[in-house]
Amino acid sequence: MEERPISPFLKGTAFVMFLFLLAPVILVVPISFSADNYMSFPPSGWSLKWYAAFFSNSQMIGALGTSTLLALIVTVLSLVIALPASYAIVRSRVFGAEALLAFFTAPLLLPTIVLGLAILIVFAGQGLLGTFHGLVIGHLVVVLPYALRVLTTSLSGLPLGVEEAAATLGASPLTVFRRVTLPLMTPGIVATSALAFLVSFDEAVISLFLTGPRLTTLPVAMYRHVDAQADPLVASISVLLIVMTLAVVLVVDRSVGLGRTFVK
Amino acid sequence: MSAGAARAPGGSGQAVAAALLVPIALVNALAFVLPVLNLLRLSFLEALPGGGLGTSYTLDNWTGTLSDVFYLELIWQSVLTSLAITLLALVTSFPIALYLHRSRGRWKTVLLVLVISPLLTSAVVRTYGWIAILADDGLVNNLLAWLGHGGGMRLMFNQVGVVIGLTEILMPYMILALLAGFGRLDPRVEEAAETLGAPPFKVFWRVVVPLTMPGVALGCLLCFVLAVSSFITPKLLGGGRVFLLATEIYDQAIVTLNWPVAATLSMIVLVIFGAALVLYARLLRAVL
Repeated sequence: MEERPISPFLKGTAFVMFLFLLAPVILVVPISFSADNYMSFPPSGWSLKWYAAFFSNSQMIGALGTSTLLALIVTVLSLVIALPASYAIVRSRVFGAEALLAFFTAPLLLPTIVLGLAILIVFAGQGLLGTFHGLVIGHLVVVLPYALRVLTTSLSGLPLGVEEAAATLGASPLTVFRRVTLPLMTPGIVATSALAFLVSFDEAVISLFLTGPRLTTLPVAMYRHVDAQADPLVASISVLLIVMTLAVVLVVDRSVGLGRTFVK
Repeated sequence: MSAGAARAPGGSGQAVAAALLVPIALVNALAFVLPVLNLLRLSFLEALPGGGLGTSYTLDNWTGTLSDVFYLELIWQSVLTSLAITLLALVTSFPIALYLHRSRGRWKTVLLVLVISPLLTSAVVRTYGWIAILADDGLVNNLLAWLGHGGGMRLMFNQVGVVIGLTEILMPYMILALLAGFGRLDPRVEEAAETLGAPPFKVFWRVVVPLTMPGVALGCLLCFVLAVSSFITPKLLGGGRVFLLATEIYDQAIVTLNWPVAATLSMIVLVIFGAALVLYARLLRAVL
């Protein structure tokens, strides 16, 4: 398609809106180096004390550990659960595959505040509140739809001929999957893992309902901290999280290409 | 073995496929379908004083909520605020989406990463960034003071802060929806309008905007439903002074322990979702 020149007016407006979009994320960086005891911008002096404050805050470090372990387990489980499901939906032409896909991605359509409340009430009756496996299940519900979407898209894009060739040459269905399909799906699996990890790591609303006094995740601990007091502590954690997110995004971009992953 | 093995057609294939779907179906049933049905049931369950639950079914939660002036005001405020946020997100996102649509190559990828990155950054972090901008001692007020305009503007713990913060939080969704809908935008049509003598603004308003309506409608639907149900940003930027449906659901569930009312309010959110969806479908049929 021919290109359309970008007018200076559009360029200017887009720049201002980009600034608005990125302002809050950019601003936490200077604040994290503040020497003040309360949050103000610009800070009156600079220091690293809020990074030190984070690393000596046992509650925050504990929450970081919980979130990391939780996100890792949820990522592995979502692959183990969604990979067979995506294979069944795409390849075996199960009756009503489209409807099944819609059903399995339906939790995404539900607001997390409603889903969180619904899970809270059921879990309260089962003694699952404030437990690690309760959090795993709660996170799986929101992560699985993403995983299934990316994996089915990735699987649908594979050339069927290669698998058929392997099968013709005598490979069993399991061997075909293990030796042909799975390696071809690597980009999709990388993207799914990254997305699952980030979604679980950042999940705050459902966790807010499911965490207890002794078990809390990092976003929940940060939320409670911001709700209670305004100091630069959360800024230093935010910067570390932003760096982690950018690293994950870069890895995905290098291995699969970001455009292909998120925009169709 | 036949070439069709990978497709696994026929009876045994169906059985294998069904087995592969069992784990995901189990998670969905236990942590999605069952809880939501239970929530619906709860909204019809009698609430006992002190947070207990009765055993008999009643319409009291619904009639009580829908006849209470506080809740009616709450619902109205939530819808109105969400509409304002949606409109603002559309206005702020449109230039970015159009710019992205028209740029090419490596630069486009970089910009796309910039748009998606906030989406992957926790709402808590981004809301915290907004506190730094909007607080009494924040960027805007200190800038105003420095310029000699006094400062001391109240931009947080009120509707203004919630609207600004949520608009920005929802922009990436709007941008991605707009981009997905820009496929019909053909530069040749715009050029034709120009050749026929239309000034730039007229080309934009009469050609670009109508062609992007499907994307606009999708973006608005997405932003509206996300705004109605968002919790973290209104809670932190509203500071307990802005009452919206989502924050009230949380308070009723966690603070007051009135689960039937929380369940009823949740169902009202879903009804608003349904209404937005119907409106979207009608709008789409009208523009296509």
